[in-house]
Amino acid sequence: MAAKPHHSTGQTSTKGSIFNDPKVRGIIYQLVLVAGLVYFFWSIVQNAAHNLEKQNIASGFGFIENTAGFLPNQTLISLSATSTYGQALLAGLLNTLLVAVIGIILATIVGFVMGVARLSNNWVVSKLATMYIEIVRNIPLLLQLFFWYFAVLRNLPNPKDSSNLFGVFHLNNRGLFMPRPIFEAGSEAMLVALAVGIVGAIGVSIWARKRQVKTGQRFPAFWTGLGLIILLPVLAYFLSGRPISYDYAELKGFNYKGGMKVIPEFVGLTLALTIYTGAFIAEIVRAGILAVNHGQTEAAHALGLRNGPTLRLVIIPQAMRVIIPPLTSQYLNLTKNSSLAVAIAYPDIVSVGGTVLNQTGQAIEVIAVWMIVYLSISLLTSILMNWYNRSIALVER
Amino acid sequence: MKKVLISVLMGSAMAVGASAASAATLDDVKAKGAVQCGVSQGLPGFSNPDDQGNWTGIDVDVCRAVAAAVFGDAKAVKYTPLSAKERFTALQSSEIDLLSRNTTWTMTRDTSLGLNFAGVNYYDGQGFMVRKSLGITSALELDGASVCTNTGTTTELNVTDYFRSHNMQLELVQFEKSDEVVQAYDSGRCDVYTTDASGLYAQRLKLTNPDEHVVLPEIISKEPLGPVVRQGDDQWFNIVKWSLFAMINAEELGVSSANVDEMKESTNPAVRRLLGLEGAFGEALGIPNDWAYQIVKQVGNYAEIFDNNVGPDTPLKISRGVNALWSNGGFQYAPPIR
Ligand SMILES: N[C@@H](CCC(=O)N[C@@H](CS)C(=O)NCC(=O)O)C(=O)O
Repeated sequence: MAAKPHHSTGQTSTKGSIFNDPKVRGIIYQLVLVAGLVYFFWSIVQNAAHNLEKQNIASGFGFIENTAGFLPNQTLISLSATSTYGQALLAGLLNTLLVAVIGIILATIVGFVMGVARLSNNWVVSKLATMYIEIVRNIPLLLQLFFWYFAVLRNLPNPKDSSNLFGVFHLNNRGLFMPRPIFEAGSEAMLVALAVGIVGAIGVSIWARKRQVKTGQRFPAFWTGLGLIILLPVLAYFLSGRPISYDYAELKGFNYKGGMKVIPEFVGLTLALTIYTGAFIAEIVRAGILAVNHGQTEAAHALGLRNGPTLRLVIIPQAMRVIIPPLTSQYLNLTKNSSLAVAIAYPDIVSVGGTVLNQTGQAIEVIAVWMIVYLSISLLTSILMNWYNRSIALVER
Repeated sequence: MKKVLISVLMGSAMAVGASAASAATLDDVKAKGAVQCGVSQGLPGFSNPDDQGNWTGIDVDVCRAVAAAVFGDAKAVKYTPLSAKERFTALQSSEIDLLSRNTTWTMTRDTSLGLNFAGVNYYDGQGFMVRKSLGITSALELDGASVCTNTGTTTELNVTDYFRSHNMQLELVQFEKSDEVVQAYDSGRCDVYTTDASGLYAQRLKLTNPDEHVVLPEIISKEPLGPVVRQGDDQWFNIVKWSLFAMINAEELGVSSANVDEMKESTNPAVRRLLGLEGAFGEALGIPNDWAYQIVKQVGNYAEIFDNNVGPDTPLKISRGVNALWSNGGFQYAPPIR
């Protein structure tokens, strides 16, 4: 919006026509632009609808309710062979979110470790980190995806020769099979205990911080909190008469049945996304650390802090301000890159959507779904990260 | 991401690319000087490029027949390799003039995708392939099996139906590209590889040890494969349809690429009509009257394209079976040229 003119507004408006008022003119231009855009998109939609009809191509979202007739090989909601396209798409969306969330967490860990390692004084460690970063950043993600997927697959045994751990974990080229916990009556107590544990942990950490500010005494708040979160539910488990039973995977016919399973496609995709994005995050972390004046390190050392605490308490918190914005775009990249899933049969939203597109022929609708999904995930990620960024930004006093 | 981009572009091309469908495809093709033909990304016997980029196969020969009919030159074809998933959007958005890519004629595709099937150049059915070492002899023993296949195909739907109707458990592992399907099956990810039976014979050649695998006897579906065009252009539809019929009629009349010139002397009126010596059948299609002569001369009759590409003397070793002429007990039957 145009800035207010310096001379008083009353004078100018009486002088000439209102079109000479930059403020009014600005509003008019914007209205014209908006109207033009609306017309542009409206005519695209009209034109598309008209052409689809003329070409006898079905349109509209009615297909969402029709039976899909195919089943993705990993679904977080329960689907059957008679589920609808809408349910299949939802399953695909959840699979995308799953791989994105886990990928982001792991890539952040790998990235921070490697970024710090590259700056290490230990020659071997820093060279290894450099090698990892340079190699991984310079090979296309799709190739890495195939590499990890087939590397994982080819090295795993057939179901008949699975590697077993404690007789209940089974690993083979169909996936990792684990016992599935079944929560019976009474297990609500554990949930309550967990909630109490979390609240308690937060309380302890607030109390510990206050005490430290006041008295300077430190309290192991982290370990106490962790203990509360783990011990309370365990206690509840025994007190309520062990209300959890397990469904074990068993070798039947071709493969293990029952239990929980992690498919190799998920492992391959997560591995590739983590390792690829981790390398970029490592560089961001390194840049962030280097952006903190070396004087800070020296000052911290002068105060008697060792290397670890210096990094944790002095350098990283300041580096975070430089790290967060580019880190956000890496998170967005990871999420969008997860759409390569279809290459290795992981049923994400693009893969499932592609199948739906093909079975129904409704390209425009499915593409609209894709765009909305990725746009929403990206905006949501940005909002969260911007909020975090503001909360750690320098507060000037 | 690239795939999404391509689809988005195709989608928006469909949205904006005005009344492309109603424009005469024949005029476009003539203006370009070549038929833009959508084929597979490499399926031996059907559409497969060699190391110099020359395409061969029974589907490719349909493209070539159309080019021979329109231009009198079977080489006037440009190929667009498409995955199963991309193929219909490519045709709808006029990126290709003709889709000849082992595509099954189904009701949805024929009605709600705005497409027309111009005939059947190969009658197929879906089959299963497993490792011999499993000792399985029937598809009914496949309960709980992991099955590898392509997305965007009739295959994934048929196999889900089949397992459901026989109360069997199924883990379906779906890849976009056939090469990945083959690799995943080869590396043990799946117990079963399923696709069109012809495809099984073709893809088996790509496995590390083709002899260690068997195709099970069950055929679980009808897969009539044929060339596809857009709805709304009857002239182009007719040209493609009759190019295929010409090859089948030629076989029935005993006209082949070897004897087509001698056959010009034939007194059989059906042969004379086929070769454009009597009547003006080409004119009615808007192409030269010797259209069918050019097809047979340059591409061959149906028996020839079958035998050259998938027949017993090729690596695929497929016998004519149901693809024999109706007069020999098969399904191949073309309406008469008259
Ligand atoms: N006929 C089926 C399946 C066609 C199909 O895509 N088959 C695969 C496996 S045989 C294929 O052609 N692959 C070759 C390629 O992707 O280029 C259909 O029309 O849906």
